[in-house]
Amino acid sequence: MNATTSDGALLSVRGLHTCFELRRWGFIRVGHVRALDGVSFELGRGEAVAIVGESGSGKSTLAKTILGLHLPTKGEIFFDGRTVRGQEDLQWYRSHVGYVQQDPYGALPPFMNVQRILEEPLLINGVTPKERRLYRINKVLDEVKLTPVDDFLPRFPHMLSGGQQQRLVVARAMILEPQLIVADEPVSMLDASVRVEILQLLRGLQARHNLSLIYITHDLSTVRYFCERVFVMYGGKIIEQARVGQLIDSPRHPYTQALLAAIPDPDPANATRIRPVPAGEPPSLLHPPSGCRFHPRCPAFMKGICEVEVPPDFEPSSGHMVACYLYDPSIEQMRRGVSRA
Amino acid sequence: MTSNGLLSVENLHLYFRTLKGPVQAVDGVSLTLQRGRTVVVVGESGCGKTSLGRAILRLLPRNVHTYTGKVWLNGLDVMTLSEEQFRKQVRWIRIALVPQAAMNSLNPVLRVGDQVAEPLIIHGRAHTSEEARKSAAEVFRHVGVPIDFLDRYPFELSGGMRQRVALAMALITQPDLIILDEPTSALDVLTQANIMNVLKTIKRELGMSFFLITHDIATSSELADDAAVMYAGQVVETSRAGQFFKEPLHPYSRLLMASVPTLHDDKALGFIPGQPPSLINPPTGCRFADRCPARFHKCSEEPPLFTVDSDRLVKCWLYA
Repeated sequence: MNATTSDGALLSVRGLHTCFELRRWGFIRVGHVRALDGVSFELGRGEAVAIVGESGSGKSTLAKTILGLHLPTKGEIFFDGRTVRGQEDLQWYRSHVGYVQQDPYGALPPFMNVQRILEEPLLINGVTPKERRLYRINKVLDEVKLTPVDDFLPRFPHMLSGGQQQRLVVARAMILEPQLIVADEPVSMLDASVRVEILQLLRGLQARHNLSLIYITHDLSTVRYFCERVFVMYGGKIIEQARVGQLIDSPRHPYTQALLAAIPDPDPANATRIRPVPAGEPPSLLHPPSGCRFHPRCPAFMKGICEVEVPPDFEPSSGHMVACYLYDPSIEQMRRGVSRA
Repeated sequence: MTSNGLLSVENLHLYFRTLKGPVQAVDGVSLTLQRGRTVVVVGESGCGKTSLGRAILRLLPRNVHTYTGKVWLNGLDVMTLSEEQFRKQVRWIRIALVPQAAMNSLNPVLRVGDQVAEPLIIHGRAHTSEEARKSAAEVFRHVGVPIDFLDRYPFELSGGMRQRVALAMALITQPDLIILDEPTSALDVLTQANIMNVLKTIKRELGMSFFLITHDIATSSELADDAAVMYAGQVVETSRAGQFFKEPLHPYSRLLMASVPTLHDDKALGFIPGQPPSLINPPTGCRFADRCPARFHKCSEEPPLFTVDSDRLVKCWLYA
């Protein structure tokens, strides 16, 4: 089977499931952690999307599955019109996808200097001769503004500041001239003053090279400076997707609404008010709640509907998808009828 | 001078000994905190804010080079106390700490109820374990942890719950002041809002004073009455929160505020070019001069703290 993807989509993910088997004493199967539970989306060329969610929502698993670091249990990934399966596909695929890790210090080998770190992917992908590799390294360091380049080449990661380390990680992701960059919380370990710099750097690279970009974060406030579309994840599913402005100005899913209400702006008036926060904890992915994963915490919970079946996607306004029965036209009608009676 | 405040830090210095020379982590810091209020100390990593918290509580490593200054607590200079007196009279009795990444600082092999009650038993505040347990249940109620969690182990609790337990441990001796070192930095947005709600409630109900150390300006505004900005081991600005979050004075504070992304405004974000200076041989003049957009010839001399609007202090020649 080689289904064609729709026009312009660089990456297309269909019904992705990633489960991790839980075992006791190494062989008794206890159950499955369903980290990803049916995720589908398409990403256009040159498009930047953000995936937002709390820890345990499956956003990092999605990143790693897209990168081919976890094999999906079910579902398919199409990249550039080709299915990604099997080992050969993977090597081809990985050379077109860059990965920006969360913790730069942990992601850089401490015993390699900058030149060696950047040369490694080129060597693995058989870029010869050496001059070509050096040219590429110089160019990419210049692009991430680690200049003068010659000063940085012999340095080891510990000799760089946090911001510089993260630039180096970006440079390494860019070195093979990928078409897609997956950035998993690229700034959460950095200081506020450096964050914006790294985000602007990524944004600049993305625009200049017409890269597609997946930006994974828990911080919705940085998203508007960075992406066109946002996916909100909860309990291993995408529960809402919309353009950034749409999502921030009129969030539809009760979870997204709660998430947005919980983010403070620097304002002294904050100190005098208690924020409304839904009670409870994110769902267990081992025994997820029936129906909508958010129903035990949901302020708009409708008994007899929400806990029975998993809500499909509804489209309350164009381009704005939300998996919540509040936006089911037939149920809306029914509720109106009930309130009239 | 004895201040009328609850806590008053005067000219506190804390240098660490390293092979390359002394690191001036805290360099002449003065701050005052009134009872029932919260002061936030904001700054980038490496600016000495955690060292300041540790210096106040005298939780020091072995490589201390210099540790001088005055720390007044209710009119008593606690720096004159001996180590044993300090342990008996101040640490966890008058001032408690919620350490950084507190949720990972719990002992994994002790039930959380026993850990929370431990300071009471050590300080002789509770004579029987029954009594200690009752107090632990009481503070659990304040921080919003169900009482039946007393017998659980830390691994059975979520991150937010563990953070609350760490807070309960600081509250149990009914101290005058709690130092919160990045209390929400490792938590999710919803959990963070939850913990902030708990802190606000405790502040209101128990009249607790907090010393909040953080790099997250947006979150710090949730609790702040007063704000202090630290840069390279020094306090460069102190203000009331109302003024600080609306209009910071020091060029560093302004740039820092401009780098905070906000959800609803469409402001352009800025960043601060360059890096903070090394604290081993810091520059002699203003420590921010190298990165400052408003630098002028005066900046090669160290600025004193200037008073602006009668109660704001700023360490910058622009306000001379």
